[in-house]
Amino acid sequence: MADPPALHHRLGALTQARVLLGRAGQAMPTRALLDFQLDHARARDAVHAALDPAALSAAIKQPCMVVRSRALDRTEYLKRPDLGRLLHEDDGALLTQTGATLAIVVADGLSASAVHAHAAPLIAAIVERLPDWRIAPPVVALQARVALGDDIGEALGAELSLVLIGERPGLSAHDSLGAYLTWAPRRGRRDSERNCVSNIRPPHGLSYAAAADTIVALMRAARHLQLTGVALKDGTLSLPSPDAR
Amino acid sequence: MYYTSRPEQCALASYFIDIGTTRYRFDGLAHLLAVASPLRSGDQLAGLAAESAEQRMAARLVLADLPLKAFLSETVVSYESDEVTRLIVDSHDPVAFAAISTLTVGEFREWLLSNTVGGSDIGAVAAGITPEMAAAVSKLMRNQDLIAVARKISVVTRFRNTIGLPGRLAVRLQPNHPTDDPAGIAASVLDGLLMGAGDAVIGINPASDNIETMATLLNLLEEVRCAYDIPTQSCVLAHVTTTLALVNRGAPVDLCFQSIAGTQAANRSFGIDLALLAETREATLSLDRGSIGSNVMYFETGQGSCLSADAHHGVDQQTLEARAYAVARAFSPLLVNSVVGFIGPEYLYDGKQIARAALEDHFCGKLLGVPMGVDICYTNHAEADGDDTDTILTLLGVAGVTFIMGVPGADDIMLNYQSTSFHDALYLREVLGLRPAPEFEAWLEKIGLSENGRIADWTPPAFEANRISALGQLNG
Repeated sequence: MADPPALHHRLGALTQARVLLGRAGQAMPTRALLDFQLDHARARDAVHAALDPAALSAAIKQPCMVVRSRALDRTEYLKRPDLGRLLHEDDGALLTQTGATLAIVVADGLSASAVHAHAAPLIAAIVERLPDWRIAPPVVALQARVALGDDIGEALGAELSLVLIGERPGLSAHDSLGAYLTWAPRRGRRDSERNCVSNIRPPHGLSYAAAADTIVALMRAARHLQLTGVALKDGTLSLPSPDAR
Repeated sequence: MYYTSRPEQCALASYFIDIGTTRYRFDGLAHLLAVASPLRSGDQLAGLAAESAEQRMAARLVLADLPLKAFLSETVVSYESDEVTRLIVDSHDPVAFAAISTLTVGEFREWLLSNTVGGSDIGAVAAGITPEMAAAVSKLMRNQDLIAVARKISVVTRFRNTIGLPGRLAVRLQPNHPTDDPAGIAASVLDGLLMGAGDAVIGINPASDNIETMATLLNLLEEVRCAYDIPTQSCVLAHVTTTLALVNRGAPVDLCFQSIAGTQAANRSFGIDLALLAETREATLSLDRGSIGSNVMYFETGQGSCLSADAHHGVDQQTLEARAYAVARAFSPLLVNSVVGFIGPEYLYDGKQIARAALEDHFCGKLLGVPMGVDICYTNHAEADGDDTDTILTLLGVAGVTFIMGVPGADDIMLNYQSTSFHDALYLREVLGLRPAPEFEAWLEKIGLSENGRIADWTPPAFEANRISALGQLNG
């Protein structure tokens, strides 16, 4: 087809949506088709990427405990979100009461790519802001949903749990990290009892410093009020997204 | 193979069947329907799916011999505690039912497929068909049956154009934007119009729940519609309570949108009940904005929504989905669509399950008399891709789907999922000879967007002159 005319051509500056693609007959031109498929391929790879606990431990610069959920592979994880919320029967014994202020759980969620890209620098930024807190050594959780942090936090006897988890990849972002905060973690906590900071993904999303500032402010408020969730919600924060639950 | 099936006399009917040396027993219709359902991850997650392939067939054999009348004497969700059940029971039309009242579910399948039964015959019994009957017969039907019967049925609705005529395919133009930016939305709207989309509705899912933002978006769509004199309707897909507020402050509300589900408890989780739907419909009707009809409701549904809300009452997700269409038909909607792959792989795992659900939803909707479209879509954690949406799109086109979505490049940058594109709609119209809604088709020709039945390869002069204030920055 001919070159797009002027007005039509300029629409593309106004949105990230896939406008002005042109047509081959009725279909997308080849380049637009392949661009879309590349973005989907990257999102698919992120969903199915395995978390590498050793590499993560090295990046965090301290040994991490590794635990599993009851979903034993990715297929079961995707089909059975309920199993991804429960600690594997054999792994509970790995965790002992710490009396820590904070338990940090690093969970693969739906994007191990996001965890490898962003978890270690975010943890560093959070820890440096909390010099007087007792923070348990990070726990790496495999095939994990957000609520697995309840079992882990409870087993560690922590006041608060912070779950850093890979968010569901979109076509435009496959490495977005979410942070979920839960006061007095224990099995059966509802999503409305958590606070979430999402889209941690510099340079396009939230920076580590900005995310750590928000998370730390929330955690200080949570300790003060002895709660998390809707009652702690501030205007800049969102409730947990349903995908990671 | 020898088998028998008969209900036993007790409070909840029990059914059993012997296959070989195994006796299969089903306690109540909900159990029977769930086990008979084609495999899907949501029923597995709920613990309702068949435990074996043979058990599933046992349930289908029982179901085939079950009289349709059995669905009038036993409900799958209690009448006392669920207003959707009360709606289904209280609105059942025994006169319409008479023509099929002696049939079993298996005979009903054959009746629907029969060469002597046409779309008008099916339409005449629709008010006598409960959603549980529709779900039951669908479970005995292969994909080709779901297509062949749905294809017979026309459900025609009107607001500013005519939706659902045979040989027509309408498109919802879905110009979503992650920050509700009016210029970004206007750009997607124009892109869609230039590709012949928008006859079903130009409908925005807002990112915000702010009423000022919604009013801004409604005014933007009204401006576009009036600037080009487009015979279509617009919608901002807000919660009904927000739409009610927008109506009351005089915003240009064409259609009232709401997500609905098949149980009272699931609807409560959406913040609605039947009375609220009725109230908002009345308010929207009072604006009297439709030029050729008064179908003012737009509903979205999807298998798995009740389980997701922990409100499924032990009923399989496909039966509950059909119950949502009973809710829809009580409000004479212009449009209803299942958002079939949106909910994720824990409900519909892969392309095969999504395709099956899409055909079931379309069939059950049409059978119950609902103007059924489908948002053919997938998320990145489902085992599906663009090849699956192509397949489902083509199947639904053959089945006579009322409308599909048109999203720029199939990529919804606000909801973060993949649907069908403007291109996909053009493909389907081309390969199956389908045409837009007649009033919209005439507009496409008049304004120079259509040439010999195809979308033109150029931008007509009317679109070169910028008539949209949200695009004002383009003039700079």
